[in-house]
Amino acid sequence: MKTIVATDLRLAYGTREVIHGISFEVERNEIFAIIGPAQSGKTSLLRCLNRTIDFVPEATVSGSLLLEGEDVRKIRDVYGLRRRVGMVAPLPVGLPLSIYDNVAFAPRCVGLRQKSDLDAIVERCLCQAALWDEVKDRLSSLGTALSGGQQQRLTIARALSHEPEVLCLDEFSIAIDPVTTMRIEDVLKELRSQITIILVTNLVQQARRLADRTMFLWRGEIVEIDRSEVVFSDTPGDRRTYGYVQGTFG
Amino acid sequence: MSVEPLLPAARFARTDSVRRRERAQSLAKATFFVMAIAMILPLIAIVGYLVYRALPSLSVDFLLDVPRRGMREGGIWPAFIGTLYLVGISLAVAAPIGVLAAIYLNEYARDTWLNRLISLAVINLAGVPSIVHALFGLGAFVYAARFGYSVLSASLTLAIMTLPVIIASTREALASVPMAFREACWNVGATRLQTIRAVVLPNSISGILTGIILQVSRAAGETAPIMFTGAVFFKAVERGNLFPYHLNDQCMALSMHLYTLSTQVPNVEPSVLYATAVVLLATVLLVNVTAIAFRVWLRNRKKW
Amino acid sequence: MTVLAIDPRGTAPKNSNGVAAVTRRRRSAAAIALERLAEAIIRASGFSAIFFVLAIFFFVFREAAPVLLKESFKPMEFLFSTQWYPTSDVNVRYGTLALTIGSISVTALAMVIAVPFGLGAAIYISEFSGPREKEILKIVIELLAAIPSVVWGFIGLTVMSRIIVSLTGAPVGVNLLNGGIILALMSIPIIVSIGEDALKAVPDSYREAAEALGATRWQIVYRVLLPAGKNGLLAAVLLGVGRAVGETMAVLMATGHAVKVPHSVLDSVRTLTANIAAELGEAAAGSDHYRVLFMTGVLLFLITFAVNLTADLAIRGVRRR
Repeated sequence: MKTIVATDLRLAYGTREVIHGISFEVERNEIFAIIGPAQSGKTSLLRCLNRTIDFVPEATVSGSLLLEGEDVRKIRDVYGLRRRVGMVAPLPVGLPLSIYDNVAFAPRCVGLRQKSDLDAIVERCLCQAALWDEVKDRLSSLGTALSGGQQQRLTIARALSHEPEVLCLDEFSIAIDPVTTMRIEDVLKELRSQITIILVTNLVQQARRLADRTMFLWRGEIVEIDRSEVVFSDTPGDRRTYGYVQGTFG
Repeated sequence: MSVEPLLPAARFARTDSVRRRERAQSLAKATFFVMAIAMILPLIAIVGYLVYRALPSLSVDFLLDVPRRGMREGGIWPAFIGTLYLVGISLAVAAPIGVLAAIYLNEYARDTWLNRLISLAVINLAGVPSIVHALFGLGAFVYAARFGYSVLSASLTLAIMTLPVIIASTREALASVPMAFREACWNVGATRLQTIRAVVLPNSISGILTGIILQVSRAAGETAPIMFTGAVFFKAVERGNLFPYHLNDQCMALSMHLYTLSTQVPNVEPSVLYATAVVLLATVLLVNVTAIAFRVWLRNRKKW
Repeated sequence: MTVLAIDPRGTAPKNSNGVAAVTRRRRSAAAIALERLAEAIIRASGFSAIFFVLAIFFFVFREAAPVLLKESFKPMEFLFSTQWYPTSDVNVRYGTLALTIGSISVTALAMVIAVPFGLGAAIYISEFSGPREKEILKIVIELLAAIPSVVWGFIGLTVMSRIIVSLTGAPVGVNLLNGGIILALMSIPIIVSIGEDALKAVPDSYREAAEALGATRWQIVYRVLLPAGKNGLLAAVLLGVGRAVGETMAVLMATGHAVKVPHSVLDSVRTLTANIAAELGEAAAGSDHYRVLFMTGVLLFLITFAVNLTADLAIRGVRRR
């Protein structure tokens, strides 16, 4: 079974349609990159996946979007759904809680209270996000006091804390320095064997470095989906892809 | 041969029109400054005068003593403790309702006509004249609910009257918590209530407390709403007694006391009159200064 | 460093570090029920504001309504007669026009004083003052707004009346002028704070654009800010009016007690609000007089409702832009 299957997925804000009936599949434990210029519907697509689109009253979604065979539009426990889909926003958000509480927040929300369990989860997630060594001695200091790059890794640790099946990263490197970006990319490579990753990025090189397959989304339509070697080769399936990758289109 | 004097460096020659505009500018600034100051200076003078006239009577004893000789002399204890009762009970009623209502408006309400109606209702609740609140308290609590003229009726009337103060400042405090924090919580599967408890409330609690303090100041100063619902001219209370009133008793109150002393009682010792006004004023202003200090402290302590 | 495996499919009840998988965990039914209950209470509290406004109207009107059926009560007379003889034995009259005119004249006089000073202060604070000065002025205004109305009334009764007598030679110092000045001082803080908000809401780009054209501060205020912020400033004035119309204790103590149409600012007047406060204590519960006073309350409720609604619409106009 594929992790995600979208069929004729449409999204409209009021009367303005921003995603025009797209269909794609995401394999289990692959890094699936979505590239494309601003306003092409990348973030909206992620918001459909974890149903935070519900907070936009005028948004209407049609078509089907399956997560492990279940239509996310019909899932009744949206909070459970959001735990199955980890989400990392473009700007790092450390919650104004301690570092420990930042990571333990999601497990606590589902009623996990045992200190030893929480300790284990906090350590595991911070290790996976390559942050443990830097913060293990000050877990009780504020998450908001960390540097931008550290906060972004804290955000990743938080997203891992609820053991998602899919980890979505929405232009995670937009506000952090190149060195930290490389560290996080290493983290993602580590995670690749364990989890499905959807990487939304407008850095073409980043998608080329990391992704198994890449989807080029443009103005709410799919231009091309293929293995990254093909998308970033000199002869992709669509010449607009070549243009975008080379920086002459988009 | 004469040498042309050099213009001072970095100074542009001014044309007449520029000079004229600059003059208009400083004139405008001065005018507006006078207007801003015009309301402050007389006030300081008046408050100073009140304190000066009150000095002969002002003492701790004045606060703790009971009125004597038909209220013409003595202290204000029954009124002071009565005000504490009214404020305390009205706060206990208004604070939870007000804070929860603000949470609803800021965290749950979507932009529907019904929720716009609620906001409008809050604005109007704040605008209803205090004497109409008094009529409402009389009709609803004293008669319809059969609470009679009592501490309870008066406190409930005060509570409803001061509700908008708490709602408005709580709402402002909640709105100042960045949206990104809420979204981060929702992204990890937290419910709205969990988000509110874990992130929104802890980061707006100081602002909420400021609103509650302002409610206290407002409730302590109000006269009209309690005049016909439970506050009375005189009630015998022992000096310094902390528990003189029951919920269904009538009580004295500082604001009401000042009103009756200055309009209904002839030949009051002037310093007693002025001291009563000063105590009421000082109580209210002290509470407000606390709120302001709290706000300044909060601003210096922000976590983001 | 040990990286512990995640269990992506959630097939095993425990993951490798022995913790029950978070993803598949469900909150207990009790926790969910408790949350539902809490949200119901929050929602109910939100709706309570509407409930209270309706209740105020209902209970005030309920006490007033029976008098509508009495022959001695004539709605036209109630609104448009200046004859107010509620306790007369032979010639009972319930005309509130003199009281309405009293309210209007005190409010108008207060606004004549408060609007220029209030808006002037708002402009100074928003456009001319430095950050520290601004901070201090705003705190002073906040404190000014906090002074209880009964203290204002006391100031009118004692300090202001003596000043008025010595300056004008009027026989009594509690009159229209006194009430107007006191009400002006009470309304200024509201006008200043709402007015300052309105000016703050004018985008800085307007100011910068005007400055780039070489305009002075004063020209910016006059030509850019006043036109751009006029809705908000109107709202500020209206809220000041609302406060002045609804004020009770201060006018009760400061304007004197004569129920008559004033001919000069040195005449005593009585307002709709002060009249209720002055007479409700004497009117027997359930009597016509008592009910007419409640009817005055209904009238006041409707007036302030209209004023506040207009102010709100004006503010909303600002926000939409």
